Amino acid sequence: MSILVDKKTRLVVQGITGSEGTFHTQQMIAYGTKVIAGVTPGKGGVMYNGNDQYQFNKPVPVFNTVADAVKNEGATASVIFVPASFAAEAIMEAAEAGIKLIVTITEGIPARDMVKVYEYLRHNGTRMIGPNCPGIITPGQCKIGIMPGFIHRAGRVGLISRSGTLTYEAVWQVTELGMGQSTCIGIGGDPVVGTRFVDALKLFKDDDGTDAVIMIGEIGGTAEEEAAEYVKKNFDRPVIGFIAGRTAPPGRRMGHAGAIISGGKGTAVEKMQAMRDAGIHVVESPALIGETVKRVLGRGAKRKSIRISSKKSKVKSKKRK
Amino acid sequence: MKIHEYQGKEILKKYGVAVPNGGVAFSVDEAMNVAENLGVNVWVVKAQIHAGGRGKGGGVKVAKSLDEVRQYASQILGMTLVTHQTGPEGRVVKRLLIEQGISIAKELYVGITLDRTRSQNVVMASTEGGVEIEKVAAETPEKILKDYVNPTIGFREFQARRLAFGLGLSGEAFKNGVKFLSALYRAYEETDASLAEINPLVITTDGQVLALDAKMTFDDNALFRHTDMAAMRDLDEEEPLEVEASKHNLNYIKLDGNVGCMVNGAGLAMGTMDIIKLAGGEPANFLDVGGGANVNTVSNGFKIILSDKNVKAILINIFGGIVRCDRVANGVVEAAKNVHVNVPVVVRLEGTNAKEAREILANSGLNFMVAGSLRDAAEKVTAAIKN
Repeated sequence: MSILVDKKTRLVVQGITGSEGTFHTQQMIAYGTKVIAGVTPGKGGVMYNGNDQYQFNKPVPVFNTVADAVKNEGATASVIFVPASFAAEAIMEAAEAGIKLIVTITEGIPARDMVKVYEYLRHNGTRMIGPNCPGIITPGQCKIGIMPGFIHRAGRVGLISRSGTLTYEAVWQVTELGMGQSTCIGIGGDPVVGTRFVDALKLFKDDDGTDAVIMIGEIGGTAEEEAAEYVKKNFDRPVIGFIAGRTAPPGRRMGHAGAIISGGKGTAVEKMQAMRDAGIHVVESPALIGETVKRVLGRGAKRKSIRISSKKSKVKSKKRK
Repeated sequence: MKIHEYQGKEILKKYGVAVPNGGVAFSVDEAMNVAENLGVNVWVVKAQIHAGGRGKGGGVKVAKSLDEVRQYASQILGMTLVTHQTGPEGRVVKRLLIEQGISIAKELYVGITLDRTRSQNVVMASTEGGVEIEKVAAETPEKILKDYVNPTIGFREFQARRLAFGLGLSGEAFKNGVKFLSALYRAYEETDASLAEINPLVITTDGQVLALDAKMTFDDNALFRHTDMAAMRDLDEEEPLEVEASKHNLNYIKLDGNVGCMVNGAGLAMGTMDIIKLAGGEPANFLDVGGGANVNTVSNGFKIILSDKNVKAILINIFGGIVRCDRVANGVVEAAKNVHVNVPVVVRLEGTNAKEAREILANSGLNFMVAGSLRDAAEKVTAAIKN
């Protein structure tokens, strides 16, 4: 089991003929993702099979509009590799065409654009992951984004992260210890993101294929605190959490537009405390994420099905019927 | 991007936000020139640096005569101003804002920013102006009025009225207040600001509503549509090494420790800094080399890290996903040959072709310490410092 994406997901790539779009489409096809269409306005009608450097296994039909890709190929999800200044437009086009899952990889989209996009998607009932994120992957089934496929392995640990390479680090630790992932979502490091920790946790809550969730947060904002509150009240499986940036000084933006401590708020210490108070297993060191998951899941980590003994286990077993 | 107060006021003025009359001066003579042309009896001489708390640090003075303007301007220009936001080393004042003095009846607060929990802009107003608003928010949050902006309809006049009533304004001040708030929001929205903060917002004895101070910061991601504003960047206010790094597309932030680090990705870079600290070291910097860690980026990274004389050891931590570790290893070897690296270097490469990468490093004839796991890397680099 998994959330949001699986074998049935039919993906359209917006910006497929650009250099990033081409390279990552090749990677996604090679992983086994059903890439059924591409969109580049003005290049509709072409069967695209890559450029000189990166060749696809099979050609992909290119359309002028997302609506055409939906009508002709039945696209259900879209991934955006369009440059930042055109990205908001591309996202709204996908939503308007009826795409229900949009994964925005593009980095550097102005916040003003995203505020409008967010409002539109909310009204439209469209889910977006990102922007400025590595994407989403259900190992062995569907990879939408730029993460390296080979570090993943199908399994029962869910992962939600604001970061890119730090996510890969955590995934790798889990895989190396003989466990695997159900679905990994990189929610992105921007101030406005389509899917927050809480939204992703809600999805994992209803997934029977996920036994524990790793949450990798960063300094800045209060999304981790909101998630902790949610876990405390509603989440019945173990959550393992790490917050990057405890050594970051206030007022300095650490790479991601969202990673800034302002007015003394959003520090790693505060976030870790909120998570501990919610019963989340907080990892002090990013080197210990995998080990902690293994410890928390106990010896059963390698087994297919795990019963977690907690006060709330009754609630869970009821739900699973 | 941060800008100076006088630049913020120039922008606000364009959008019809009322600000005191005044002008910027880079020398005492220019200051006198601005002061004389204002045609007033009271002036304010204000140091222009990108940090708050200037008044307490002695960077803001009220002058009652032109002689006093000259005296204060000479005093403040060139001084090293230390405030709670500059750190103990302070900032050298290179620009002044000379303004008309204002007879203040009331000091209020107004600020606009993005509320991330709602993904909407919020206009905040408070009667508690002139003090640290963070303190007000923590101690008496009920004294901060908030109005959220629906992106579909924008900031409406009824919201401006509601805030102005909430601030207790009436008569002429109410009318001016509503106009002020609407104009300020328009300035915030159209310039792609991430913050527009007026503290204090003053009501004068004759009912005018003026921005006595103005703090504006802009969304770096949107600067491509505001080339005029991009020109307002003041490199004197930035760390020289950070400016140098940005020329090479490196994201570098200088810190006070002694372990230099070079990492791909912002989150992993922060995580690496954290683990250095946990192992007993102190990170000297944040450095994200981005996705393409090649000979050039690594060479430039080495140069920048090593120009910080506090650095006693370097940790390179690259998680090779799409980028192959063996290529990164070759880049590191080449770079180390190009740049004279005189401190111990611990390299940790994980991910695609990590094994080949370790062999390249081990066989390079250079004195790298190769680390396996993240923890191993942090322990090796902190041990290197102690030796």
